[in-house]
Amino acid sequence: MITLNTYLVISGIVFVLGLVTIINKKNAIGILMGVELILNSVNLNFVAFGRYVDFDIKGQIIAIFVIILAAAEAAVALAIVLNIYRNKQLIDVTKIDAMKN
Amino acid sequence: MVETAIIITLLPLLAFVIQIFFGKRLPRQGDWVSIGAILISLILSFKLFFNMIGSYDPHFLVQESFRWITLGEFNIDLGFALDSVSIIMLVVVTIVSSLVHIYSVGYMNGDPMYSRFFAYLSLFSFSMLGLVIWDNLFGIYMMWELVGLCSYLLIGFWFEKDSASDAGKKAFIVNRIGDLGFLIGILIVFSQIGSFSLSEISQSIANGTMSEGWLTAAGILLFCGAIGKSAQFPLHVWLPDAMEGPTPVSALIHAATMVAAGVYLVARISFMLTFDSMLVIAYVGGFTALFAATIAITQNDIKRVLAYSTISQLGYMIMALGVGAYAAGFFHLVTHAMFKAGLFLGSGSVIHAMHHAQHKLNIHDEDPNDIRYMGGFKEKMPKTYWTFLIFTLALSGIPFFSGFLSKDLILGGSLAFAMAHDNPIHYLLPFFGFTAAAITAFYMFRLVIRTFYGEPKRKDIHEHIHESPNTITIPLMILAALSIFIFFTLPGLNPFSASSSWYDYLVQNPVSSVSTYMGYNINPISDHTAHSAHVTAMILSIFLATFGIILSFSIYFWKKFDVEKLTERMGILYKLSYNKYYFDEIYQATFVNGLLLWNRMLDWFDSAIIDGLVNLSAWITRNFSFLSGKFDNSVIDGIVNEIANMTQDSGKHLRKIQTGQIQTYIYAALLGAVVIIIVKII
Amino acid sequence: MDAYTIVFYVLAAMTVISAAIVAFTNKIIYAAFALLFTLFGFATLYIYLSADFIAVSQVLIYVGGILILILFGVMLTTKIYDVSVKSERNPILPALIAGIGTSIVIGFVIFRTPWNAVVDKEFTTIAPDIGNAIMGKFLLPFEVASILLLAALIGSVLLARSEENE
Repeated sequence: MITLNTYLVISGIVFVLGLVTIINKKNAIGILMGVELILNSVNLNFVAFGRYVDFDIKGQIIAIFVIILAAAEAAVALAIVLNIYRNKQLIDVTKIDAMKN
Repeated sequence: MVETAIIITLLPLLAFVIQIFFGKRLPRQGDWVSIGAILISLILSFKLFFNMIGSYDPHFLVQESFRWITLGEFNIDLGFALDSVSIIMLVVVTIVSSLVHIYSVGYMNGDPMYSRFFAYLSLFSFSMLGLVIWDNLFGIYMMWELVGLCSYLLIGFWFEKDSASDAGKKAFIVNRIGDLGFLIGILIVFSQIGSFSLSEISQSIANGTMSEGWLTAAGILLFCGAIGKSAQFPLHVWLPDAMEGPTPVSALIHAATMVAAGVYLVARISFMLTFDSMLVIAYVGGFTALFAATIAITQNDIKRVLAYSTISQLGYMIMALGVGAYAAGFFHLVTHAMFKAGLFLGSGSVIHAMHHAQHKLNIHDEDPNDIRYMGGFKEKMPKTYWTFLIFTLALSGIPFFSGFLSKDLILGGSLAFAMAHDNPIHYLLPFFGFTAAAITAFYMFRLVIRTFYGEPKRKDIHEHIHESPNTITIPLMILAALSIFIFFTLPGLNPFSASSSWYDYLVQNPVSSVSTYMGYNINPISDHTAHSAHVTAMILSIFLATFGIILSFSIYFWKKFDVEKLTERMGILYKLSYNKYYFDEIYQATFVNGLLLWNRMLDWFDSAIIDGLVNLSAWITRNFSFLSGKFDNSVIDGIVNEIANMTQDSGKHLRKIQTGQIQTYIYAALLGAVVIIIVKII
Repeated sequence: MDAYTIVFYVLAAMTVISAAIVAFTNKIIYAAFALLFTLFGFATLYIYLSADFIAVSQVLIYVGGILILILFGVMLTTKIYDVSVKSERNPILPALIAGIGTSIVIGFVIFRTPWNAVVDKEFTTIAPDIGNAIMGKFLLPFEVASILLLAALIGSVLLARSEENE
């Protein structure tokens, strides 16, 4: 039996895993992956609610916009990461502290 | 059938794409690609044409439409339509275009941009043919702008010459003014009716969707497009300058096809013209016809004479549309396309010869277009001479030539209009027409006499003049043949009237939707009036044309009058005409300089008043600041410094929270979220 | 349980397990490939939610676009042939504590809240409706999103371009 709760649980687990990824990883790209996991779990929530609670396309429309924003975010974030890596040969976010002080 | 028409249109586009990318690498610079494409289009057009003749039905119409955009409730349909008018137009465009293509092989030979020239010609053919087959205003507007672009590119083809690139810009900008009106007109129609399709517009106007005021506004605004493109007064100034382009271009675009697009457009939208907009159209056309003809008398540049003559003839066509003689106006478009293209190509042949002669003699500072250096070319260039003479006779409206038939219909139409409407002022229209007819005959023979007859003005040049090569003379002969009456009167053989011809049967005046909507005929002309006007016009026009020719011969050939004295006697009139009524200067003085003056005023306002105010306020501020500075230094600074110190101190401690570590932030955010949720749940 | 449900749970398990690999692996390249399976898993879940258009977008944009970008990032910042290189990581314990805490709260929310969920609806394709909504009711956000994408495009090009010419 697949119910709304099934989707919510899946999305909840993935969300927590995304959170753990962000906390756990030092690699900037790894953190980015965690962000993608979280965005996906949220998206799943939107679509599932759109399907089971309020049968409409609004949930899907919002999901589309989230995907668009995720694409933009990934592009810019990776550009920044590459730029930092080229200038500092560093990918570890804990060591990038040029703006500190 | 529609598929055939689309193929006809797309072939030149294909040729353009091939030419623009690979032209230089192909053998013979790829001229055969363009020529081949247009010749196939010509053959296919003839196929359509004979199909139409075969069915012999004046209501011949093939339509096909498709949905272009669907947005919920909002749809835009586009489509193609072929009726007798568009098929005849297809044939005319492909004939003239093919001949000009062939002619250009000889004329443009050795030009460094030979392949690009053919590419542009192909692009133009594509857009002109496309303009003809669309059945909706939107498609026509797209193609309308495309032909405008081609015209710009080809006028400025020799863009190293300043005059050529200036002329291109002028044509483009002047056309913009008319096209803006056209666009607004389209938008009015679309907002009122919600469709671009001409047949749908016609139906809903007949049902009364648009009020008379809107109809008049839309009609006049759409006509604005025609004013620009067909070089009608007051936007005529670009066409004479457009002669800076290569002569084949002048023949194809600025005489036979593109400038006639305005006439075609008005003929297409004629069903939606109210009586008021018809009057505007008729008077603009009639006035242009006479006005341009008077300028043509005094010009010395062979191509400029022809350019003004084109404007004048376009005025005729527009006037015919305005008085409701649509078939006559379109008929003149067809016949005019043949002989005017021929005239331009003939003048090109003369210029070509002059150019070579001057080149041999190392003369570089003289204009090869100037008729004052010509004369006596008759024996040297017999083929060019004879064909040129035929075109001139056709243009002057001499019986046995095509121009007579159509011009006569127009003059008859305008006379019938004046007779049918009880207002003596409307007799101005036939007056414009008949006077212009006489003047046309006069200046055309002035041109022929000065170029081909008499003593050579320059012996040295005259000796080096030779007949042009076959690629130039053969198109001339074909066009000359097409200027004979017989093609337009078949199956009838009466050289004085086309009333029993295929054209008269197949092309009929469209039904006015406005009349249907208003419930009465807005332009009633009885058969009796039309007939009597026609006969009167025929006799009068033959008489006037003969008069013009005789006058021309007696002044320029038999020298019965002294030209110099005559010019002096005419004085101011001559000057006005020679300087084109100073229109370029007026526009320069009013619009261009007016704009500059306005700019300068704004500049002065800026530098004197605004800057003065700014400076004044600056002065006040400066003095005030001096005082307040003292206050600042002692009192305010003390407070500020104290606050700054406090901020700095607190910042020093708070900074430790900002670790720059994402993890730390996430812990904080999580903590907050958890607290909120717990509070909410509890 | 019918085949439909079984397949669903298999896919859900694949999604969750590969997400776990992303979270706990030390090798960044493994993480990237596990992410691929997670994203694909999400696309299949969307199909179960009769959101076909989203599913296709997910595959196109996430799998085809973002994941490729991430892979590029991985390859450009580490030596690809050297899979054994472990990326350093923070201590795992705080992460686990935070994760478990969050799970408890989320679980609490999921099972405590009375969602007035409707019963299953039939599968219908609604891509045309989405198109109409984007071009109609949601036109403004759509246009804003297009401007955002343009800005992101220009921004990332500016950031990532080589600076030799300066």
